Amino acid sequence: MNRDERFAHIAKLNFNTLDLEKKNSRLKLLPAIHEIYQHRSMLGLLIRRDLKSRYKDSALGFAWTLIRPITQLAIYAIVIGKFLGAERGIPLFAIYIFTGLTLYTLFQEILTAGTSSILANASLVKKIYVPRELFPLASAGTALFNFCVQLAVLLVASALFGNLMVTTDLIYAVPAVLVVVTYGLAFAFLLSATNVFLRDIGYLVEILAMILMWASPILYSWTMVRDTLHAAGLDWLVTLYTWNPITLAVLGFQRAFYHNSLHGLETPEHLGAQIAIVLFTGLILLWLCHRVFRKVQGNFAQEL
Amino acid sequence: MISETNAPIIVRLEHVSKKFTLRKDNSLKERLLIARAGAKHKVEFSALDNVNLDIKAGSTIGLVGHNGSGKSTLLKVIGGILDPSSGKVSRRGRLAALLELGAGFHPDLSGRDNVFLNAALLGLSRAETEHVFDDIVNFAEIGDFIDTQVKFYSSGMYVRLAFAVAVHTDPDILLVDEVLAVGDEVFQRRCMDKIHEFQADGRTIILVSHSAAQVQELCDRVIVMHRGKPIYDGNPEDGIRLLRAGYERDRLDAMQADDRVALGPHIRSIRVVSDDPLEDITVSRELPLSVAFEYFLPAEESTPPVLGLGFDTHMGQTLRGSSTKDFSLKVPKTAGTHKVVFALNQNPFSLGKYSLRGVLEREDGTLLDHLTPASYFVVVPAPGESEEEEVTIDLQLLSSEPL
Repeated sequence: MNRDERFAHIAKLNFNTLDLEKKNSRLKLLPAIHEIYQHRSMLGLLIRRDLKSRYKDSALGFAWTLIRPITQLAIYAIVIGKFLGAERGIPLFAIYIFTGLTLYTLFQEILTAGTSSILANASLVKKIYVPRELFPLASAGTALFNFCVQLAVLLVASALFGNLMVTTDLIYAVPAVLVVVTYGLAFAFLLSATNVFLRDIGYLVEILAMILMWASPILYSWTMVRDTLHAAGLDWLVTLYTWNPITLAVLGFQRAFYHNSLHGLETPEHLGAQIAIVLFTGLILLWLCHRVFRKVQGNFAQEL
Repeated sequence: MISETNAPIIVRLEHVSKKFTLRKDNSLKERLLIARAGAKHKVEFSALDNVNLDIKAGSTIGLVGHNGSGKSTLLKVIGGILDPSSGKVSRRGRLAALLELGAGFHPDLSGRDNVFLNAALLGLSRAETEHVFDDIVNFAEIGDFIDTQVKFYSSGMYVRLAFAVAVHTDPDILLVDEVLAVGDEVFQRRCMDKIHEFQADGRTIILVSHSAAQVQELCDRVIVMHRGKPIYDGNPEDGIRLLRAGYERDRLDAMQADDRVALGPHIRSIRVVSDDPLEDITVSRELPLSVAFEYFLPAEESTPPVLGLGFDTHMGQTLRGSSTKDFSLKVPKTAGTHKVVFALNQNPFSLGKYSLRGVLEREDGTLLDHLTPASYFVVVPAPGESEEEEVTIDLQLLSSEPL
């Protein structure tokens, strides 16, 4: 392209304008999505960078992605299941906890890696303009990759224990994963932005993730909670407990891969409808959190 | 080139301001503890103050100014890296920002992976990167190291690769912040050639630089920033003169604030007198030179003090000096501030930059104060005189023989 061609080309382009007088010019959703879509190849590269650099220079490399969840599975199954006797009433306890953990790990990774993503990429944020959403999104992408690996382990383990079967309940897996991704991303947007201005958020999130794990029916069953609380006359607490989006997602995921009904474990009556409602709420939350993110992202470079 | 009328506007800033709030606390505890005193802990600082600017495609603009004048902030606002606090920023065309070389490099990834990642960060698709990949590797002179992790690169290889990626991204606007001085001389020459090639292609370059020589070599327009406002916008020669004058003023201000000068007899300033409105620093070569010497005496001295005056080249090489004692000149000895102007019988200096220094002594040789360097001045060619010194070299043939 020579000088005159370039000038002609530029003269035809529309201005990309940021007008601070019009408050919402940066907050609109569609331009933001369009911008992210334009940078989709970069998103892929960022995810690959995270994955490649994670186990670089280690002899086992990607095998570590498998070793960690398998060890976790063994510890929970032996210590909590056998020694603490938690497997009473839950057949195939190892598969049960691994099903819940697989989904929960996805949420936890999106949340914690997403929250620190802007700080972790400070050198890029300060020096180059790319839509900043890419960083939490890339964290989510990395988490999804790890989730797929873990899911494969789960399926293999299920097959070994003779629990691998295709039922109509399999359909629950899709909204369950969507709920986890939606809420994880919503909080990742909100907290990664907040974390830039207040570094305590990063530590707070780790604790929150731990509380949320124990607040979902992963290492125990939903029926245990329901019966205990019912006996104590705290039925409202059961409702509250059940409406936790992560609880619902975990229950849906267990229905799809663990087949609760086959093992005599109940799930809430209207699980499908409840998951649909929290998914819809989650999408609204995601939109709101993204707005907050957009609003403050212009100040990232100066705060880092 | 500024007057080029057919060039479209590529960047437009309207009433752009940027305020920073400086806070000292950054953790929850600190914020809670001083929540009530919060307002006191905030210091507002205006980095850009109502800047209006049009940049035409194809121009090369130098943003200059002192540290903290807002030039880097302006560059980041143009690049979309920082949002302004108010105002309107419009921009079009592909933009590449070279604010820090290798900002996106990941030490654990190979050079090849980093090239693709960095190119994507600068807006190139995978196919486009593949197309220029060999050029990048050749330009950076990386060779077989391209598949080595960049943490094993020498710092030279690192910046060469980063620069090579940046200049191969086909930007319409290139933002450069103090990064052109990388690599050895040969590589620097190639960087400069690449920049000149960019200019010929009609790309717009906006660069922040402290190097007057670089700005003069590359730019066709200079914007001098001062306290968040452009105080000059025009041709590079005047812009750089103004900038130098500004540095000079700052230095003198700092010197006056120095507590050394608050007490006792001291030299206030020594400067070349000139009609030039630009802070007395340029003197034409053909005019006689006068120097104003200001000093302060807290009490009347018994004998007139001795003022010594010396000249150094910009590099610090001492040229010559003389004092009032050498010529038996009597200067005021009463208490107060005095200004004495000396005339030099002719301007003995060739073109270039010089510094002035001075001493204030009693007649018995007791040193009262000295000031080194006191100020700078630049000797410029007289109107009509050429920039080059006229030196004729005569060649004579001594011998010639077949070998």
